[in-house]
This record gives sequence, structure tokens and C-alpha cells, in this order.
Amino acid sequence: MSKKVLIAEDEESILVSLEFLMRSDGYLVRAIRQGDQVLLSVGDFQPDLVLLDVMLPSCNGFDLCKQMRANTEWTGMKIIIISAKGRASEVQRGLDSGADAYVTKPFATSELRALVGQLIQ
Amino acid sequence: MLQTTVVVLASFAYLGLLFAIAFYGDKRAESGRSLIANPYIYSLSLAVYCTTWTFYGSVGRAASTGIGFLPIYLGPTLMVALWWFVMRKIIRISKANRITSIADFIASRYGKSQLLGGLVTIIAVIGVVPYIALQLKAVSSSFTLLVQYPSVVAEKASSVPVLGDTTLAIAIMLAAFTIFFGARQLDVTERHEGMVAAIAFESVVKLLAFIAVGIFVTYGLYDGFSDLFSHARQLPDFNALITLGSGMSYGAWASLTCLSMLSIMLLPRQFQIAVVENVNEAHLRKATWLFPLYLLAINVFVLPIAVGGMIHFPDGSVDADTFVLTLPMAHQQQALALFAFIGGLSAATGMVIVETIALSTMVCNDLVMPLLLRIRRLRLAEQNDLSFWLLSIRRAAIVFVMLLGYAYFRLAGEAYALVSIGLISFAAVAQFAPILLGGIFWKEGTRAGAIAGLLAGFLVWSYTLLLPSFAKSGWLAIGFLENGLWDIALLKPQELFGLTGLDEISHCMFWSMLFNVGLYIGISLVGRQSAAEHSQATLFVDVFKNTVDAPGSRFWRGSASLPELFALAQRFLGPSRAERAFAAYARKRGLKSHQELKPDAALVSQVEMLLAGAIGAASARVVVSSVVKEEPLDLQEVMSIVEESSQAIAYGRKLEQKSRELETATANLTAANERLKELDRLKDDFISTVTHELRTPLTSIRAFSEILRDNPALDIAERSRFLGIVVKESERLTRLINQVLDAAKIESGNAEWKSERVDLAELIEEAILATAQVFTDKNLRVSADLPASTPSITADRDRLMQVLLNLLSNAGKFCQPDTGVVEVSLKVELNTICVGVRDNGLGIAIEDQTVIFEKFRQGGDTLTDKPQGTGLGLSICRQILSHFEGKLWVESVPGHGAAFFFSLPLAAGEPGKSSPVGE
Repeated sequence: MSKKVLIAEDEESILVSLEFLMRSDGYLVRAIRQGDQVLLSVGDFQPDLVLLDVMLPSCNGFDLCKQMRANTEWTGMKIIIISAKGRASEVQRGLDSGADAYVTKPFATSELRALVGQLIQ
Repeated sequence: MLQTTVVVLASFAYLGLLFAIAFYGDKRAESGRSLIANPYIYSLSLAVYCTTWTFYGSVGRAASTGIGFLPIYLGPTLMVALWWFVMRKIIRISKANRITSIADFIASRYGKSQLLGGLVTIIAVIGVVPYIALQLKAVSSSFTLLVQYPSVVAEKASSVPVLGDTTLAIAIMLAAFTIFFGARQLDVTERHEGMVAAIAFESVVKLLAFIAVGIFVTYGLYDGFSDLFSHARQLPDFNALITLGSGMSYGAWASLTCLSMLSIMLLPRQFQIAVVENVNEAHLRKATWLFPLYLLAINVFVLPIAVGGMIHFPDGSVDADTFVLTLPMAHQQQALALFAFIGGLSAATGMVIVETIALSTMVCNDLVMPLLLRIRRLRLAEQNDLSFWLLSIRRAAIVFVMLLGYAYFRLAGEAYALVSIGLISFAAVAQFAPILLGGIFWKEGTRAGAIAGLLAGFLVWSYTLLLPSFAKSGWLAIGFLENGLWDIALLKPQELFGLTGLDEISHCMFWSMLFNVGLYIGISLVGRQSAAEHSQATLFVDVFKNTVDAPGSRFWRGSASLPELFALAQRFLGPSRAERAFAAYARKRGLKSHQELKPDAALVSQVEMLLAGAIGAASARVVVSSVVKEEPLDLQEVMSIVEESSQAIAYGRKLEQKSRELETATANLTAANERLKELDRLKDDFISTVTHELRTPLTSIRAFSEILRDNPALDIAERSRFLGIVVKESERLTRLINQVLDAAKIESGNAEWKSERVDLAELIEEAILATAQVFTDKNLRVSADLPASTPSITADRDRLMQVLLNLLSNAGKFCQPDTGVVEVSLKVELNTICVGVRDNGLGIAIEDQTVIFEKFRQGGDTLTDKPQGTGLGLSICRQILSHFEGKLWVESVPGHGAAFFFSLPLAAGEPGKSSPVGE
């Protein structure tokens, strides 16, 4: 059974590219654009990995990450934060909130794919 | 019939009795059983205050002003209540410093200033000698009256040759008495016990004589007080006599009371008796009530005698001043009349004796000695035995003062200047009050301030009181009194500077005290004290604190030899007295003989004090310094200590100021640092925001470029869709970069601005057309409310277009699809043109309504709300408008849309409409 990836990203063009990349690698993909849909989708979709943007409408990615980590049912789930915020303090904040990896935009597609593969295969 | 010889014999017998008492007093003092060492004698001797001016004058005053005679006695009564605080301090200071007179006291306080001592002496002589003359006159006229017994009508005084004048004989006897009991020895601080005993006796005599006459009038002529006053009711104006404020204004009451409060301390004779002759300061306690009691007793019968006289001599043929004498005479009471005369004589002689001693001490110590010491040719300080010299000077001064009084009496005769001298004298000595009282309670008073204050007070006194009294006596042209000096009305002596409505005494007191106190305090505050002044000021003001310290020792360092000091004392005091004084001092220090004494600071100041008793503090200082090698540096050392401490204070102040400045600078620096940090943070934020804005399109471009590269097998539709995204994001990136550059250009002032006529209505329509695509995409309705014709403005057309496009696209962005409405309006106001772009979107939160115009600031939480646009648009718009002196603002209620307005001034020559175009 193929692994499931949830993508939360409000920038349409980036969302499209991520969706294409994950699908090409054979993952089952669901894409959402609103922050408040993330937890619902995780519960519903049960992804193996979440690609999470920090600046989502109505929700802050760091907080979402913490909330997901607070749920013991989802301990095996991997989270990668993808953000345009590239300062060291922001990277640290992302990792502190429970993310498995922090990827800054713009990213190299090959590296992202390798990272995802490493985390869930 | 009272024979002249009887009166003369009685007078001289009385004076002989005084000699006997004084002699007995001195004997007792020598044998160590002092006659006067009790508070009763002290209190009685204080009654030297009551002169013939009291004895005869009170009745006269009462006959004309009723109870107006009282302030002269109320004042002392009030003052005596304060003596424990004031007089005790003066006595303590005087004892500690061997003060010999009021001139000495004041000179000593202000750095042992010879100038000040001389000044006080001169003022006292000018002020008081006429007062002595007044006493002689009273003796003379009462004598003349008495020998006419029983006729009470004063004959015109026939001119008596000087040689046959009884008054001169009395004056000479008084001088002899004064010399004998007042200047037998040198050290004035060794009190004149015999003289004091005699004075106390005189106080008893005058009190008894006055009361005897009073009892005779009240109980002999009438049947007691009630009978007397019921007769008195028939007198015209009787009620006025016994009513406050009718004979005399309240102002005069107050000023006379104040004046006599000061006189009881400052008259030279009062200072002599109360301070110099004081045996024990504890005597003050009893005197505080005994002396007022004496004043009360001597005043009880003043009104009865006055009204008795007025009833018996209703035609005014008899001078009210003589009622004390003439009432017994008119009723053939020989013995009583003689007793009354003796009472008056005792009042006169008591005053003359004490006043003469006090004045002669001052003249000798503060006028003659300083002058003689200055004349180097006399080599006075090197004479072997000066004590004879000194005594001779003192005795000559006594004779001189006495003769001065007599001469004034002969010259003045019945003149106004003599009659009114009592209060004029009081006013003269009152000038000492500020510097004396200031001197014992206020350390900052300086010598210069004291001299200026005293001199000014004295000059004002002379001009407003003394000279007018001369003019009224006919000795000066009356013109200056009536028209003012040089006919300047403001300089009228008794209406000085236009001050009217005061009696002459109050008037003089007001101006003289104003100048006196004003200059004393003013100059003292401005100037600085010398080391000597400072040391004396401390000694005086802190006399109750510093009893242990030897005076002056703290401020003296130098060298002297014992033989020199001893020789000096011998020269001024005489060998035996010097020997005694040194031996006594050596015993006090626990040494066997004075040979063992060390010539240290304490001994030097002891010698200076010994000499001060003989020649006054100021002269003593000069004399002692002639044998003491006061290293010239020493005084300067003191000065430098004072200097240093004041410098330290100044330095401390400077330091304080510096540290305050430093604090301010630190605060400024901190603020500047904060500002820099803030700027740094803003710059950081700016870069972070810009890079974030750049990263987003870049992310898409890179991702799709890599996808296209890595997936050559993509179908054509997907390929072209991805390429479309890349192109669109590239455009976005370009736009962003352009806007950043544009904003930077405007901000740095490098932007190029065109200036042209712009028709805004036309521009708005153009802008709506240009953004039509945005609105049709979201199905929004756009309307424009534009007037038919609008005045043109001067601006950059393209820049204004940029503003309009920005506002319109913002409005479109925040409107809900389908229901959104955007309205554009244009109004011409007085001299501006105003454009509004209103939407019915989400609106802008109150707290965001100002920040949205800042760079990269957009409404809402930047972490959650995806920014739409670069965040530079409104910032650029505002800068464009402000370039054309316009404004940009927003009005919005959150949830009910937002309206952006901008206004621009009309072009010159394009008048706006007089009233706003309808809403």
C-alpha cells in the first residue's frame, strides 16, 4: 500500500508543483489550502507525512505542528515544514515544534523528494 | 518758703549719700560680700530706664494724650518677657568675650571691626548726648521752680552765668562721681558694684517720691481714685484721655511700643546695666517680672497726678510736665515738694551717671584708642605702662561727655530739639537693633552688610528726625522741611518718597528700618565673610554650643613669647593687675606660677580678652597682634581652609551637574541606541519580508523548471500549463522587484516627477477601464460618481494613475466575489479635490488603519494571512501624494468595507467651488 502525503500550502503554484512531485513518486496525495483544515484532514486521511507551510490562512504552521505532535495517535507521522522563512531562529522554532525536517523555499525538488523518501520508506 | 540754700544743701546731701552708698558697695565688693549680687538690686538698677522723662514727662504726656504715655512702658514689659532668649544670650556672649559696651559688642561680632565700633559710638553719642542734656535741663528747671516756692508760675528763666549755675555744679559732681566709681580701675568687666548699688538706691528714691506725690494727690486732695475721677469727669475731653486711639493713632501706639522694646536693650545705659554690670545671668529670671512690676508701680499714679493737675490748674498756666512738683507746692507741702524734687534729681542723676560711663567707655575704646594706636609716632604699644594713660583717657572721656551734655543743654534751652529728644534718642539707638539681633541669631551677617545697614539707618534717621527737629528749633532754615531738599517734594524729610499719614516717629522708623534691614541682609547675602568675621559670627551665634572652646583658638596659629605677652598686659593693666590676672590664669590651668605658662593660642586669646576688658575688643586685637608673630600664612591658611571647603562645595556642585549631564547624555544615547536597534530591526524585517516575497515566486519557478527538466515525457498540455505558471511567477517577481526599486527611488529622492495638467475625472475613467479585468473576473460592480466638469490639477499623470490603479485593485482584492461593489467618487472642495474609492469588503481593523501605509505592512496577522501583493503599494501611493502636497487616508468600519480617500490641492488659477458638492 502506497504511503500517504498531506500537503498544506496556500500558494497555488507551489501547491501544484508539490502535488505533482509527490504523485510522481507514487504517494497518495491530498492537498489543502486552509490552515484550519489541517487537523481534520490528518484525522480523516491518516497521512504518513505532512508537508506543512508555515504561513497558512487562519492558522500558524508552528502551532499546527505542535498540535499534531500532541496527539499520541499520530506519533508515527512525519512532518516536514516548508517555509520561505529561512532564518536560523525560525528553523529552530520549526524543529522545536516537533517537525522532522525544515525545508526553506525555494527548494531543490530532488532534495525534497529524497527527504520525503528517507522519512517514510 | 523754701530757701535756695535749703534746696542746694538737700541736693548735695543727696549726692553725698549716693557717694556713701557707692563707696560702701565697692568696699563690700572688695571684701567679697557683694551688695548687688541679688536679682532685686539688678531689677532696681534696670529701672535706670525711668529718667526725668518718666518722672516729670509721663504726667505731661498723660495730660495731653491720656493713656498715650503707656507704650514707653508697655514695650519694655513685652521685651522683658523675651529676655531669657535674647538678653541671656547677649550676656553670655559678652561675658565670654569681655564685652565692655554695645559698640564693643557689635564691633566684636563683625570681625572686631574698628570701623563699626567707631560708627556705633558716634551714633550713640549723637543720639544720646541730647538726652543727657534733657536730664540736666529737668534738674535745672525743677530747681528754678522749687526755689520760687510757693509760686508755681515759672518765671522766664533769667540767663544764669555759667559759673554760678547750680546745674553745672551738679554736672561736675556727677562727673566726679562717675570718674570715682566708674573709672577708678581699668578693667571694665570688673563691675562697678558701688555705682550699681547707688543706681538701685536712686530707683527706690524716685519710685517712692513719685508714689508719695501720687498718694498725696489721690488721697490728700481727694478721697481716693473714684472721687478723683468723678471730679475729672467734668474736665473737657476727659473720655479722650482714657480711650485707646483717641489721643494717638494705633499706628503710633504700635511704633512707640516697638521703639521702646528695642530701647530697653539698646540704649547704652541699659546695655551697661543689663549686660556689662550683670553679676549672674540667673538674675534675669526674677527681673523678668520684677522690672515690669516696677514700671507698673511708677505708672499707677501718672493719670491721677495728671488729672489732678488739670483740675487744679485749669487755665493751663502751669506746664503739665511740672505737676509732680507744682501740685505739692500749690498746697504748701514743703517737705513733699522737696522730696519730689529729690526724686526728679535721682531720676536725672541715675541716667546721667550710667549713660556717661557707657558713652565714655565707647568713646575711649572705640574712638580714641584705635586712633591713638594708629598714630605710629606715639609708639603707644611700646610704652612701658599704659594703664595710667588709659585711665586718663577714660576719665577725660567722662568729663567730655558730661560737658557735651551740659553745652547742649545751655545751647538748646527751650528748643524743640531738646523737648522731643526722648523719642528721637530711642529711634537713634533702634538703628543698632538689626545688626545686634541679626548678629546673635544669624551667622551670615557680614561686616560690610552691618556697616551699610547701620550707616543707611543712621542717615535716614538724621534726615527724617534729627534735622527736622533742628529746623523746628530754628537752627536750620525751615524750607527743606516744608518743601523738601532742593524743593523736591519727594525728599520732604517727614513725607519721604510721598509717604504721608504717619506720625514722624513711625515715619522715621519705617524708612530707616527699611534701608537698615534691607542693606544689612542684602549686602550680607551678596558678600562674603572674612575668616575673622566667620569665626566671630560662629562664637556669637553658637555661644550656647561652644562654651568649651577658647575663643579664637581654632583660628589662630602663630608664635609669641611669654615675657612679651606678660609685658603687654602689664603695659595696659598695670604691673600688679597683670600679675594677678596671669597668676589666676595659671592656677586655672593647674600650674604653680605664671612662669610655667606656655605662650600658646589659649594664652594669647586670654591676654587679648584681658586687654579687651580695658581697651575694647577691636583695639585689643590690634595690640596683641603687634607682639604675636602671627605667621602671615596663618590667617591665609584659615582663609584657604574656608576657601577649600567652599571650593569643595562648588566642586561637588559641579560634579553633581556633570553627573546630571552624564545621565542625560546616557539617556539620550540609550534612546538613540534604541532607535538604531529599531531601525536595525526594521531593516532586518524589511530584508526578511523582501526575501520572503521574492522566495515565493522563485520557489514555483525553480520547482517547475526542475519538474520540466526531470520529466521530459510530460504531455503537452501539462507542460504548457507548468510553463505558464513559470512565466506568471516570473512576471510577479519582476513586478515585485520593480516596486521595491520604485519605493527606494521615491524614498531616496531620485524619482523623476513630471508636472503637468491632469484632468482627474478622465484619469479615473481610464483607471477603471484598465482594471476592468479584475472586477469582471470576480463579478464585481464598479461605479463612478463624477461631476460634469472638474478643475484640473498639476501633477504627474502616470504617478496618479499608479495610485488609482493600486486603490482600485486593492478594493477588488478585498471584495467578496459576486456581491462586491466598488464606488469611485470625486468632489471639489474649497481649494482641494478629493477622490474616494469605497468597497464593501471585509474592512480594516482599527489597529491596522495606520500601519497599512507603512512598507510591507499589511492588515492582519502576517503569520497566518497570506499577503496579497507586495505590501508596498499603499506606502508608495502615500509618498506620491505627499510629493504633490496631497494626503491619503482610510475610513473603515471592520466588516463594512473600507474607503480610501486622497486629496490634492487645486492648480493655481483653478478656483474651487464655494461650497462642497453634494454628498
